[in-house]
Amino acid sequence: MSIDITMTKPNLSDIWSWLAAVADPEIPAVSIVDLGIVRGVRWLKNELIIDITPTYSGCPATGVIALDIEMAMVKKGISNININTVLSPPWTTDWISDIGRKKLKDYGIVPPAHAANSCAGMIGLTGSNAAKIDCPLCGSGNTERVSQFGSTPCKASYRCKNCLEPFDYFKAF
Amino acid sequence: MSDTHALQSYVLRLADNALILGQQVSAWCGHAPALEEDIAFANTALDLIGQATLWLTYASELDAQGRSADDLAFLRDERQFSNILLVEQPNGDFGKSLMRQFIFDAAHFPYLQGLSHSNDARISEIATKSVKEVAYHLERSSDLIIRLGGGTKDSHNYMQRALNDLWRFSSEIFMPDALELSMTEQGIAPDLANIETKFTRHIHMVFERAGLTLPESSYMHNGGKIGIHSENMGPLLAEMQYLQRSFPGVQW
Repeated sequence: MSIDITMTKPNLSDIWSWLAAVADPEIPAVSIVDLGIVRGVRWLKNELIIDITPTYSGCPATGVIALDIEMAMVKKGISNININTVLSPPWTTDWISDIGRKKLKDYGIVPPAHAANSCAGMIGLTGSNAAKIDCPLCGSGNTERVSQFGSTPCKASYRCKNCLEPFDYFKAF
Repeated sequence: MSDTHALQSYVLRLADNALILGQQVSAWCGHAPALEEDIAFANTALDLIGQATLWLTYASELDAQGRSADDLAFLRDERQFSNILLVEQPNGDFGKSLMRQFIFDAAHFPYLQGLSHSNDARISEIATKSVKEVAYHLERSSDLIIRLGGGTKDSHNYMQRALNDLWRFSSEIFMPDALELSMTEQGIAPDLANIETKFTRHIHMVFERAGLTLPESSYMHNGGKIGIHSENMGPLLAEMQYLQRSFPGVQW
């Protein structure tokens, strides 16, 4: 990809807006920027460095996300890209933007309660630590946690006892 | 033993516990007695494999022979694995796998909390990431032990039998050898006695609420950390390493 050697380097705010269009592979309603996965973007001479952080350490989407970012940048004519994975500080659901939280909700996934990190060190038993959340479909607060693990590592499974619909909760982390 | 080699040996212990348990728990995918538990076990396995990858990547960077993380996972032999005996015990029935998970989680959680204060920046970083995941593992396994221990006569018996069988493997993680003592002294590893206190407090609280009693014998097995494994380790590795052994160097 050495078609345009003389191109000027796109500015960082353009790059952020392009990244904001890269969908999360597992929850395509939100972008990787909405989720707080992109931690930093900078030019080092002619190399574009993009810092990303995994949500969960075993999340299988991490590899796909790096590939999707690379493809998105190549489409904009940037081929000299270094995608750098950073672990610290660890990703938290508090980094999901307000726009991201709204998109999750519109998609039918209840966004996480704030004050993440609360899980570490506070082991609730027999579901007593389960977040009290409202059904995204009928709005009822009469819900129960079926399992704190769901279809992806970041979600828990809930059920509404009012409208009887199952739904996902993006758990605080 | 050089400092780098000692550090790598210690990191491999952390890696092997996560890797071997992750491999074993993966086998429940598609077989657990309830869909929610199937998903929960699969998620737990995924977290453990992810954590193992982080530890193995660090161990590979410390490796004098330049072995990759995959080489370390798939090309070492039984005696070179340093996981504790608990994690290599056979899956057995669901109750046994769950009890193994609970005993491990109850130690793993305070262990990682301790490691998050390690003065080795990389260890601290990986532990800080992992402990958030393990908090969810421990919450789930504690919850299920209480529900099944206090459930029907059958479910209680399954859990008591599992506890009787696995308890003798519960202390190995807290028995420091020269390597771990040296790591603790350097501020790299946490103080194991302190972690054991937290472990004991938690499991006593859970077992009491579950109506389960600890077996009378307090004899504890060890050896895994220095590569002396139990009989399930060979077949386990044969399955885990089959592809790389039969088709060396094969890639996706």
